[in-house]
Amino acid sequence: MFQPELESMAPGDLEALQLDRLNSLLGRVYANVPTYRAKFDEAGVAPEVDDLTGLADLPFTVKDDLRAAYPYGMFAVPLGDIVRVHSSSGTTGQVSVVGYTAADISNWSDLMARTFASAGGTRDDIVQIAYGYGLFTGGLGAHYGAERLGATAIPISGGNTKRQVQVLKDFGTTILACTPSYALLMGETALEMGIDPHELPLKAGVFGAEPWSESMRTQLEDVLGITAIDIYGLSEVMGPGVAAECTEKCGLHVNEDHFIIEIVDPRTLRPVPDGEQGEVVFTTITKQGIPLVRYRTRDISRIVPGECACGRTFRRMERITGRTDDMLIIRGVNVYPSQIEQVLIGIPGVAPHYQVVLSKRGSMDHVAVHVEVGSDVSFDEIKVLERLRNRVGAEIASSLAVNLEVKLVEPKSIQRSEGKAKRVVDLRNEGSE
Amino acid sequence: MVKQLTVFLENSPGRLAGLTRALGDAGVNMRALMVADTAEFGVVRIICDRPETAREALEAAGFSVSVAHVIAVEVPDHPGGLADVLEVIGSVGANVEYAYCFVEPGGSAAVDVFRVKDAAEVKEALREAGMRVLDADEVYATGS
Repeated sequence: MFQPELESMAPGDLEALQLDRLNSLLGRVYANVPTYRAKFDEAGVAPEVDDLTGLADLPFTVKDDLRAAYPYGMFAVPLGDIVRVHSSSGTTGQVSVVGYTAADISNWSDLMARTFASAGGTRDDIVQIAYGYGLFTGGLGAHYGAERLGATAIPISGGNTKRQVQVLKDFGTTILACTPSYALLMGETALEMGIDPHELPLKAGVFGAEPWSESMRTQLEDVLGITAIDIYGLSEVMGPGVAAECTEKCGLHVNEDHFIIEIVDPRTLRPVPDGEQGEVVFTTITKQGIPLVRYRTRDISRIVPGECACGRTFRRMERITGRTDDMLIIRGVNVYPSQIEQVLIGIPGVAPHYQVVLSKRGSMDHVAVHVEVGSDVSFDEIKVLERLRNRVGAEIASSLAVNLEVKLVEPKSIQRSEGKAKRVVDLRNEGSE
Repeated sequence: MVKQLTVFLENSPGRLAGLTRALGDAGVNMRALMVADTAEFGVVRIICDRPETAREALEAAGFSVSVAHVIAVEVPDHPGGLADVLEVIGSVGANVEYAYCFVEPGGSAAVDVFRVKDAAEVKEALREAGMRVLDADEVYATGS
């Protein structure tokens, strides 16, 4: 642990710390952020709570609030105190801008140092940071964390995959930090270049910025010969470092001394008990630049009940299983694209690269899953391909309880991503097929 | 055994042109080409003078290629010629997965290509029945 006195603090002490920090936060945002003053006044609630359950009565913050305040409208300190800005990666719609004070950057560095330490990292490690540097929080966030840990940071940023592989080999990288889909591309590229990742010193991967699955973990660990851990963060809340798995790999410890996590029912918006699924909501209790009260992430997860064997006492959130806005409702069934990936990884002959393509046929929504044929499949006879397609369709139908059209596409024809993989293509506003 | 290349193609404009251009640029001369299609994808089967060169060129151009072994039989150009061949194949209980034919320039015979399981047994039966089973070199050679 990087900060064992905090990461393994007694739950009672944590609650007291959270309550103290929460009330300080509420006072600051009410005094300094017009959006919050208006929200609190409108809801008729005071910017103060007696205990942590009082949080559930406070108003939410949503992405649109940040957009409306573009660029600096929700900052809680004068611009003179802001030492850096980042902006959201613009996954959906218009970007929003976040600002950090020197203290915010220092806290963030600690949190990312915790993250690398929880993957087994120490000052002796060499960390290749292939998250993008720039307005995206991934690159610089990981960079400051690696330096705070005392490790050696390689600020290579994303892209130029062959060079990434060469650096992986020549610089003796021991920890790789990037998106899981990019890590997989690096593994494939290494093999194409005649480099076996298992023979490299690489031992761990710190992967985040997009949802991924347990079976993708198995695949990454097999291809790269590493321990792969999932990390979580979003620019609005801080960036990477909000939560991270430890090597027990049974949920992501939320850094609860800096963020209060709630899981709410996306319909009623009331908190659900630990263990139940819902939308993840964060309150940033130490942030100064752009602190947020009850920010709705639109990510779907749940709190993993029980204690973790690693000794950290912070509660764990399960890996993100989807997003409220990615969720496809297909003939009444909720489908998350990550579930499709889970199915594909179990089927020999197809690659786990896929796209869900939404289009219109007449007035009806039509959903097709485009799946790459594996480069190892012998497809001389068409019936082999048809059998493969039917099997994919049948397995999707049995796991997801919905029938989707499956279309086989050429190997490597789905664009590989150097950032977030584009899993859903929506052509519904581009005319009929 | 005659090597045939099978290429997986999506049904989209320009893919077949791209495939044949890649072969042309590699100096590969095709002897036969057959497209089998379904609603959304197709496979293209090719016999050419230099299968390994062709395979490398196609893979370098991003195509997915698999190699199949097929039987090539010379079929006399008269009514019932193909039926004679198929009856021999049927007589040993072999099932034809697919077949296509091409004609030698200026020749009096067609070459029929068959994909069967138990190819060795089928070849043996064809030879015993007096049919001419072509060697790979004869099939790959251009002109006649």
